[in-house]
Parts: sequence; C-alpha cells; structure tokens
Amino acid sequence: MIVSALAGPLASGTTALTAAGGAADPVVARSQMGFSLGWHIVVACLGVGMPALVLFAEWRGQRTGDPSWQLLARRWARVMGVLFAVGAVSGTILSFEMGVLWSGLMDNYGAVIGLPFAIEGFAFFIEAIFLGIYLYGWDRLPPRAHLLAGVPIVIAGIASAFFVVSANAWMNAPRGYTVRHGRVVGVDPWAAIFNPATGPETTHMILSAFMVTGFAVASVYAVAMLRGRRDRYHRLGLLLPLTFAAAITPVQIVVGDWAARFIGADQPVKLAAAEGLARTTGHAPIEIGGIFAGGRLHGALTIPDGLSLLLRLNPAARVTGLNSVPPADRPVVPIVHLAFDTMVGIGFALLALGAWLAWSWWRRRDVPRSRWFLRAVAVSGVAAVTAMEAGWIVTEVGRQPWIVYHVLRVADAVNPAPGLAAGALPVIAVYAALTVATVYVLRRMARGAPVPAAPQEADVRQHSVI
Amino acid sequence: MGTGLEVAVLAVMWTAVTAYALLGGADFGAGIWDLLAGGRDRGAPRRALIEHSVGPVWEANHVWLIFVLVLLWTAFPAGFAAISSTLYIPLTLIALGMIARGSAFAFRKAIDQPWARRLFGAAFAFSSLVTPWFLGAAGGAVAAGRVPPGLARGDVLTSWLNPVSAVTGSFAVAACAFLAACYLTLDARRSGDDGLTAWFGRRAVASGLVVGACSAAGLAVLHGGAPLLYGRLTGRALPLVLTAVAGGLASLLLARLAARPDGGRRAARPDRGRPAGRAGGTRLAAVALRLTGAGAVAAALWAWGAAQYPYLLLPGLTVHAGAAPAAALTATLTCAAVGGALVIPALAWLLVLFQRSPGSARD
Ligand code: HDD
Ligand code: HEM
Ligand code: HEM
Repeated sequence: MIVSALAGPLASGTTALTAAGGAADPVVARSQMGFSLGWHIVVACLGVGMPALVLFAEWRGQRTGDPSWQLLARRWARVMGVLFAVGAVSGTILSFEMGVLWSGLMDNYGAVIGLPFAIEGFAFFIEAIFLGIYLYGWDRLPPRAHLLAGVPIVIAGIASAFFVVSANAWMNAPRGYTVRHGRVVGVDPWAAIFNPATGPETTHMILSAFMVTGFAVASVYAVAMLRGRRDRYHRLGLLLPLTFAAAITPVQIVVGDWAARFIGADQPVKLAAAEGLARTTGHAPIEIGGIFAGGRLHGALTIPDGLSLLLRLNPAARVTGLNSVPPADRPVVPIVHLAFDTMVGIGFALLALGAWLAWSWWRRRDVPRSRWFLRAVAVSGVAAVTAMEAGWIVTEVGRQPWIVYHVLRVADAVNPAPGLAAGALPVIAVYAALTVATVYVLRRMARGAPVPAAPQEADVRQHSVI
Repeated sequence: MGTGLEVAVLAVMWTAVTAYALLGGADFGAGIWDLLAGGRDRGAPRRALIEHSVGPVWEANHVWLIFVLVLLWTAFPAGFAAISSTLYIPLTLIALGMIARGSAFAFRKAIDQPWARRLFGAAFAFSSLVTPWFLGAAGGAVAAGRVPPGLARGDVLTSWLNPVSAVTGSFAVAACAFLAACYLTLDARRSGDDGLTAWFGRRAVASGLVVGACSAAGLAVLHGGAPLLYGRLTGRALPLVLTAVAGGLASLLLARLAARPDGGRRAARPDRGRPAGRAGGTRLAAVALRLTGAGAVAAALWAWGAAQYPYLLLPGLTVHAGAAPAAALTATLTCAAVGGALVIPALAWLLVLFQRSPGSARD
C-alpha cells in the first residue's frame, strides 16, 4: 500500500510531459485511486476467500460434530461479517472515484465498461443478502439450509472479482466499441468483458484472493501456536487455510507465467519495464533485482537467454525492449521492475513454504516441528498481500501513461475541476482512521473475550485465538 | 437513439433510486435516531431496537446506491461524468460519510469496550446525519440545473452551496428520519413495548412535520431558483405532489394512532379489561404507517423525476441525447431483468426472515 501510494508521485515525471492544458493534475488523482484501490483489494480478497473457508469449517463441524470445527466456523464468520462491511464501504468510494477522478474516462467509455460493473452490482446484492441471512440466521434456519445459504456468497464473491477485473482487463486490452469523431458510437459490451486480457488477469486475481485469505488466516494461528497454544482448535485453524493456500500456489505461478506471456505479446512495454529490458534484443536475459537508472539496469543477477526462453522457448528470440516507444510513452521502470521481482520472489518463497508442509505431511502426517516453520507461516499472510499489491503495481503503473492502453492517456481522463488535489487529503485522513480502527477491532476480536454478534455465538466467549 | 430503450433504463434507474431512498434512507434515519436517542441508560432500548432492525439488512440496502451509480454511468455516461466532475466535493464527502457509517456500525457490534463502542456509535450516528444532507444537496444541484453537461463545467462550490441545495439537503435528512421513525414504530410495536412505540411514533409525527416544512420551503426556493422545474411540479407533476402530501398527512394521523399505548401481549388476555380490538388496531395503524410514509417519500421522488423529464441535466442535456449506444442499453436491461429475477426473491426472503420473529429488542 505504501508503495502504491508512492507510485503516483514518482510517476509524475512521465505524465507531466503529456499533461494537457496544465489545469488537470493526474498525480494526486492517481495516488488517491491507487491508494484507495490498494486498500479495498486487501479486504476484498478476504471477502472472496473467507466464505469458502467458513463454509468448509461449518460443513466439517456438521458432519463430525467436532467442536473445534464448529468454533472455527463461528469465529471466522464473525470476522467475515466485519470485513464485509469494511469491504462494502471501501468499495463504494471507488465507484464514486471512477467519476470524481476519471470523469474523462467515464464520459466516453462509461458505456463500454459499464456492463461488468452492472453485473457486479447484482453479485453484490447476492453477497449482501445471503451474508445477512447467513450471519443473522444461524439459529433461525435448520443446519443444512444454513449451510446452503452460504453457497451463494462464495459464488457471488468470485463472480464480483471476475467482473471488476474484467473491467480492468479492458483498460489493458480495450475491445468492443467503435469510435467516430472521437466519440464512442457503438458498443459490444460482451466483447468488452471478454477481452483477451480477461482470461489471465481474472484467473490470476481470483487465485491470489484465495492465497491471500489462506496465508493470512493461517498466519493468525501460527502466531498463536508460537505463543504455545497447540490444541486441536489451533492446529485445524492453521492447517485448513494453509493447505488450501499452499495447494493454490503452484497453480498461481503457472497462471502468472501465462499472464507474463500474454503481456509479452499484448503490452510488450509493460513486460520490458517489469524485466528492466532497456532495448529490443535477441537472447534477452532475465534480470533479477538491481536498480534501474540512467536507462539501464545496474547490479542485477542475470540469467542469460532466460527471457527469450521463457517467452518463446527459443534462446535467440527477439524480445521488445523499452526503446521501442518514445520515453514519454514508457512507465516508471524502477517501480515496475521492483514490484515484479517482489511478486515473483514471494511467489516462489510461498511455494517453498508449501513444499515444506507437504514434505513433513508426507513423512510424518504432521506440520513441521520447527519453530521456523511457524515463524514463516506467521509472515506468509503479509507476504501474500505484498505479492498481490506488487502485482497490481505491475499492472497499473506498467500501463502508464495510458489509462486505456493506446487509446486514452491518464492526463486526458482526469477530472479538470479546480482543487481536486485537495480532495485527496480528507480521503487519506479517513483511510488512516479506518486502518487504525480496522486493525484495532480485528485484534480485539482475535484476542479479547468477544461479544456474540448473534445469540447462538455465546460459546465463543470461552476461547480466544491469540 | 431515441428508441425508448433509454426511457426503460431510466425507469429502472429511478426505481432503484426509490428503493435506495426507502430502504437505505431509512437506515440513515435510524442512525439519526441513534444520535438523538438520549443518554446511555434511557437510550439503550431505543438503540438496541435500531441495531436489531438495521443489522441484517443495511448492506443489502446499501447496494441500491451502487446499482444506481453503475446504471447511470453505463446508460448515461455523459450525465455521470458531468455530475461527478462538477459535484466532486459533495460526492467525495458522501463516500467518506458512508465509510465512517458502515464501518463504525459493524465495528460497534464486534467489540465490547465501552469507550470504543461509544466512539464508534458516535461516528455511526454523526455520519448518518451528515451524509444524507450531501446526497440531498447533490440532488438539488441537479434539480436546480446547476450541473451543465461537460466535464466540471459547473462551479464546484456554488453548484451545491445554494438555497435550493440547502433545502433539498435538509429535506433528505428529514425524510430519512421520518422513514426510519415510521418503520421503527412497527418494529417497536412488534417487540411489545408501549413506551418504545410511543417514542418512535412521536418522532414520526415530528419529523413528518419537518419534512412538510422542508417541502414547502423547497417549492418556494424552486420558484425563484429553478422556475422550469417549479412550473412542472405545479403542472404535470401535480398529481404526484398531491399524493405525497396526502401520504404525509395520513402518516401524521396514523403515527398518532400507532403510538397509543396498548400492549399486544395483553390483548390476548381480555381479563385485563382492555378492549381486545385495540391491539389489532394500533398494530394495523403501524403497518399502514409504514406504507403511507414510504408512499409519501416515493411520490415526492417520482414528482421530481416527472418534473425533470426529459432532461437528464437541466436545461442542456436530454435523456435521449445523453444516452449510451443502444447495445449498451439493451445489455443493461437484459442484465437488470436477469439479475432482478435472481435478486428480488432473495431480497424478499431476507426482509421477511428478519421481520417474522423480531425477538427481543434487547438481545
Ligand atoms: C498472491 C499473489 C501473487 C503471486 C504469488 C504472483 N502474482 Fe502476479 N499478480 C498478482 C498476484 C500475484 C495480482 C495482484 O493478482 C495481479 C495484478 C493484476 C492481476 O491480474 O493480477 C498480478 C499481475 C501479474 C502480471 C501483470 C499482468 C497484467 O498486467 O495483465 C504478471 C506478468 C504476473 N502477475 C506474473 C506473475 C508471475 C510470473 C508470478 C510467479 C511467481 C506471479 N505473478 C506470482
Ligand atoms: C484492486 C486492485 C488494484 C490496485 C491495487 C490498483 C492500483 C492502482 C494504482 C497504483 C494506480 C495508479 C497508477 C499510477 O499512477 O502510476 C491505479 C490507477 C487506476 N486504476 Fe487501478 N488498481 C487495482 C484495480 C483496478 C481495477 C479493477 C480497476 C477497474 C476498473 C482499476 C482502475 C484504475 C484506474 C481508472 C486508475 C487511474 C488511471 C491510471 O493511473 O491509469 N484499477 N490503480
Ligand atoms: C481487483 C479488484 C477488486 C476485487 C477483487 C473486488 C472485490 C470485491 C468484493 C468481493 C466485494 C464484496 C465486499 C467484500 O468482500 O468485502 C467488493 C465490494 C465492493 N467493491 Fe470491490 N473489488 C475490486 C475492485 C473494485 C473496484 C475497482 C471498484 C469500483 C470501481 C469496486 C467497487 C466495489 C463496491 C462498490 C463494493 C461494495 C458492494 C457492496 O455494497 O456490497 N471494487 N469488492
């Protein structure tokens, strides 16, 4: 989040050159957008992932009568309720910001990307309705019906992620409209939703929501176990989400590779920025780390021919570099490169963590005994969130200076109203307060004696997590 | 263009606006009564009733607003761009108010320290009071024709800081409070608490009078500030205006009836010496109060819509000229039909499930 908040101001170098008229100030608007999106997405990931975990735990609890599963289901449900509320309100401001900040985009292209948001709106209805039924109907409904009432939440969460990311994919690979005299005159909304970038982007995003949820929930129980709580409740609380996330990680890396090949073909400058590739060349290497300055990368670890091999399976293949476009059309390379390495690095680190668990399970049917394992799980939640944020920085900053790739520049899309920049200050103040309050409440819910949100949760009082 | 599709989408959108006003608006109003519920001890049962009524439904009610925004930008992108660029200040404040409100409400429920509960409660209640004002003021800016087409063509301050917006903002606050009081009177009646019922019933009368005063003031400022709209409100939209007035007057009467003490529980035991018909009567009045209250507000909204049609933005942009290409409108209508078929039964289930057995207001 810090990185995304910084991304805007740092990116100003390139957009300042293209800023039309001078009145509009995309820098602050971009920072505000990146900041509020970066905040929402953390909660949204949990909103997509948690319902599946809760339902699984509730189902096991109903099948086995095991109180540990039942307790996990109820505690997670309570946390999910709070996170949903925060997700809903932090998402609402995004809908306003689409117009408040990017009225130049919506004015002309609102009709093109409106449909996925409209469908998403119905997914939100389903989520909110069934969440109300699920949370407050725990003892008004028979157990089986209650479990079924949770299923639409899972489906709608995934659907809403799909549709909103398809709108973002459209910004990367715009399709489905015709323009005459600079105005959109014809729309094919389905072609806009199912644009070529939608496949890799939505798959990658939905998997990362599951990873974030799994590792984040597991890390709470890892901290508790490090503090000596090793009972069945805590072990299950660690194992279920961790196994879930660890199983997804290898798939996510394959999908990440798909995403990289896709942008290599479709948005080569973004990939060149991610890899720090200054000029178009055959035998392109993979360069890990290093600092991009003065037009090239310094001090990186180089794997010769790596990039050519990865993209085309041919060591001599030519890969497009940054020099294929004029400097004004390039994104801010140091940020994109650092973000990309961070994401990929964390992806492989989490893969290793999952492999450790798998190995130990295979040998001893148990989680690894080492405290280092628990420590690694304890930080895996933050790591997964960081990877996800970094991925978004690659996508969003890497698209600069375009808001719609090769169609509309950010500077032409920003709301030209005077004083817009000052509007970011109260937004940041409210988010700061929201962050403090959210963290405080979640910590209290994890450790204090919780108050039951619904009468049937009186048993929750006896246990605390950390 | 001009195929009638845009009118269909507009109708769907205005229905969604109405749903948001009647459902989401009442949730704001409940927050206002939370603010005015009195000291910690005396206010406790009132706040508990409010929390109990709002808890399961507010997130679903809130989605209506999202849906309105999305329909506006899909079907009338030029209108959305003009409104959100000129009115960026009130819209940002609305969004921030919603953040404070929704999160504080959820946090208050989840936590047990008294000081934190009070802090979150204050944030919830205060933002419930302020946010509808900005919503109403933004609506007033559109109604008064202060949002011209184009990007940020209107004045970013005077477009919504003017007499018309001041009155429409106040109207919105009062209408939210009125709706909430109407609905909560029935909830209180169902909980079987006479004192609580009377408290909300009296609030319904008082806030209803304020709504009436704001409406009268609104017509007066529109007369000066937006003559075109005024002419139509007193012209072709007059039947709707009169319906709203009639609904308001009926609500005042019903609120008084519903607030009479009587105790549904005692009614079952005629030996207590009360006329048995009375219990059913006050309850029926409370049910009818919900309908007339909601009907009055809905009629007022549709009067505005009827008066403003065919203008999206007065006087420069018509619904026809501002509409998206036909394919986008068709897709939106299809989506609304399919989505509505899925969502409306579910929504009805939610609302009925938590109406049927209200439980105790103090759990
Ligand atoms: C837990 C999170 C996570 C992990 C472990 C990875 N990613 Fe990722 N990545 C994301 C989370 C993410 C993301 C946040 O979800 C993004 C942003 C936009 C998107 O669709 O997914 C993303 C974007 C993104 C993009 C840009 C796509 C675009 O702009 O259209 C590429 C090229 C990759 N990723 C590649 C990879 C590779 C090669 C990985 C191998 C380890 C990897 N990602 C792991
Ligand atoms: C939720 C995860 C997301 C994150 C963390 C994120 C992050 C960012 C960042 C950092 C920026 C600023 C870029 C810069 O100034 O260099 C940005 C801009 C923007 N993003 Fe995203 N983004 C996300 C998803 C989306 C989605 C799903 C949309 C869909 C419509 C979207 C639309 C925009 C728009 C309109 C801008 C402003 C124009 C621009 O800078 O290109 N974003 N985002
Ligand atoms: C990749 C990015 C995003 C994902 C995966 C995502 C997902 C979600 C999910 C699952 C929710 C449900 C609430 C929750 O789970 O906490 C939610 C809420 C919301 N999101 Fe996002 N979102 C993303 C970005 C955006 C963007 C770009 C916008 C708008 C422009 C947006 C608008 C909203 C709105 C309005 C809500 C509230 C819905 C309600 O009232 O229930 N989201 N989002």
